Amino acid sequence: MSTTTELSETTLLRFATAGSVDDGKSTLVGRLLHDSKSVLTDQLEAVEHASRNRGQEAPDLALLTDGLRAEREQGITIDVAYRYFATPRRRFILADTPGHVQYTRNMVTGASTAELTVILIDARNGVVEQTRRHAALAALLRVPHVVLAVNKMDLVDYQESVFAAIAEEFTAYALELGVPEVTAIPISALAGDNVVEPSANMDWYGGPTVLEHLETVPVIHDLSHCHARLPVQYVIRPQTAEHPDYRGYAGQIAAGSFRVGEQVTVLPSGRTSKISGIDLLGKPVGIAWTTQSVTVRLEDDIDISRGDLLVPTKDAPATTQDIEATVCHVADAPLTVGHRVLLKHGTRTVKAIVKDIPSRLTLDDLSLHPHPGHLVANDIGRVKIRTAEPLPVDSYADSRRTGSFILIDPSDGTTLTAGMVGESFASPEPVKDEAEDDGWDF
Amino acid sequence: MTTTVSSIEEGTETPYALSHLDSLESEAVHIFREVAGEFERPVILFSGGKDSIVMLHLALKAFAPAAVPFSLLHVDTGHNFPEVLEYRDQAVAKHGLRLHVASVQDYIDRGVLKERPDGTRNPLQTLPLTEKIQAEKFDAVFGGGRRDEEKARAKERVFSLRDEFSQWDPRRQRPELWNLYNGRHAPGEHVRVFPLSNWTELDVWQYIAREGIELPEIYFAHEREVFARSGMWLTAGEWGGPKDGETVEKRLIRYRTVGDMSCTGAVDSDATTLDAVIAEIAASRLTERGATRADDKMSEAAMEDRKREGYF
Repeated sequence: MSTTTELSETTLLRFATAGSVDDGKSTLVGRLLHDSKSVLTDQLEAVEHASRNRGQEAPDLALLTDGLRAEREQGITIDVAYRYFATPRRRFILADTPGHVQYTRNMVTGASTAELTVILIDARNGVVEQTRRHAALAALLRVPHVVLAVNKMDLVDYQESVFAAIAEEFTAYALELGVPEVTAIPISALAGDNVVEPSANMDWYGGPTVLEHLETVPVIHDLSHCHARLPVQYVIRPQTAEHPDYRGYAGQIAAGSFRVGEQVTVLPSGRTSKISGIDLLGKPVGIAWTTQSVTVRLEDDIDISRGDLLVPTKDAPATTQDIEATVCHVADAPLTVGHRVLLKHGTRTVKAIVKDIPSRLTLDDLSLHPHPGHLVANDIGRVKIRTAEPLPVDSYADSRRTGSFILIDPSDGTTLTAGMVGESFASPEPVKDEAEDDGWDF
Repeated sequence: MTTTVSSIEEGTETPYALSHLDSLESEAVHIFREVAGEFERPVILFSGGKDSIVMLHLALKAFAPAAVPFSLLHVDTGHNFPEVLEYRDQAVAKHGLRLHVASVQDYIDRGVLKERPDGTRNPLQTLPLTEKIQAEKFDAVFGGGRRDEEKARAKERVFSLRDEFSQWDPRRQRPELWNLYNGRHAPGEHVRVFPLSNWTELDVWQYIAREGIELPEIYFAHEREVFARSGMWLTAGEWGGPKDGETVEKRLIRYRTVGDMSCTGAVDSDATTLDAVIAEIAASRLTERGATRADDKMSEAAMEDRKREGYF
């Protein structure tokens, strides 16, 4: 296995794992970390030491990832943890999310920033309720790439037919939910088959190992189809002798790209101007794109402040005070109709009121419970919100950054709810006839 | 078997993909600007160590060509490496910054804190830090902590709410969704902010090399009088080492972290350049904390316990 000694700049992939308690998620994570040489001697020694103290004979690799006292005491993972490893081709940030049903909010948290989700399945059990929940969450959060890791292949004699049946059932389900891409890989995390090294036990499988796929999956999508969006974070005005008139609008490009000379509109005011310059952390550039942090200068001195959104004039979203969204409630106190909240969208925080909760979604079978009246922690539901000021929201399907928001309790600042504007699931793409022939090449 | 439903070409990067260092830099700058936009009195914890030096560099880039809208806060243990204090003062002067100092020695002199039998002052930093935060009414405190350093830190949020006693409660953390950071806090509370959360030690060094950032000399191999304690090389000095039975010798060493002299160990090294340092770290089989921090070895939950108390 390669090490991290290759020091050229690589790309970064943020991904999340999902799996039930006994599907072998810790083993998979442990193997990825271990085989990419990201677990160092002193960390292993600490785990061995702690395991011995507990009377365990073999080192318990879960201790590598369970960082909190309460987690070690209870032997469960209670919170998202972020892990880091690298290969010569790519750097990885892994959002390691607990698999328990009651921690839906943790998977939502991990998936919100992920470009890819690995969903684990026990080959002996096949697609179970929990798998469908994980697939539904990946679809809701619109994670661009989904990997189905069919684990414990060693316990089903590495049979191709077992894998093929599971992969087919899962892919059909995910496709129905609008998941754009599924890569199914038969693995044994314990034995090391197809995690980092190709398996000698499954020569019928011709696809990539988990790591190979993680290293090569594209991390950014075609920008030409994206609506360009720049939430203004901060206005930079040095007012020094050297820069008496500099006025720049700083922010991280949320989607698409901006060019010098482009006509832009400021929302919600609707004023327009032209980009006279873009500074990329102190260096002028002609074009900048998502997710670069930039400072944009405009030809006209117009009133712009934190919370405004810069968009191309030819591609401006409508502003609205009525938002309908799918939300995941993340706080312990329930969200109820009539709740007065703060809504943070991009860099803008406005007052808002929960007007209606039309339905609650049951992830197991995707059935809708009408008018539940409130949502409790880990519930997913549809919500109608009225905001005190007009907001330029996109559909979450078009932009994960400008189509998302959080609700905040104004009394104590608690983060209440994660919101995604627009329809819950992508409409399934029509299945083309040729896909039946070309898509399955095992 | 691969079932690719859409027609994304595999294995190719578009010209718009950012390098990992550019992604990390952009994210950190976004975090600095969010704090500048939402808080009244932010401050950067600055120890003169590489992580805080990188933080300052990122803050300078985030607000260029304007000045950094934050002041600096140094928790001075009284056992500092002289080269590091010198670097701190030069950085403050060069960028026209304001420096606050919270002094552990003051607390010991006043009898508020007692010197520990092992002479380690790292755990003593918490009280001067938290009292300074309260006295100056800082509402956002940037720290250079990275999640790769330690497993309790792996659970840390980018925006981490602390109560009026500066305490961290890992079970009551706010979920962090997308890049929508929630900085709401009550009067008396503050938020610890970690712009380098997603960086690893190697990222920090690669970034230092790419940006040509100057560091205190102790990060590079040099001859120094050291003695062995608990498997580490400690610098001999007025802070109290060596004790009887510990012998001083001259060795070629460098530091991977910079902290209190009483508990920050050096590693044997002949790396005198950035390239050599990066090669050495990439090949190392020890984490930086495992190699050089005595205080983290005290118990399995040493860092979690100190963080709960208000440590950074």
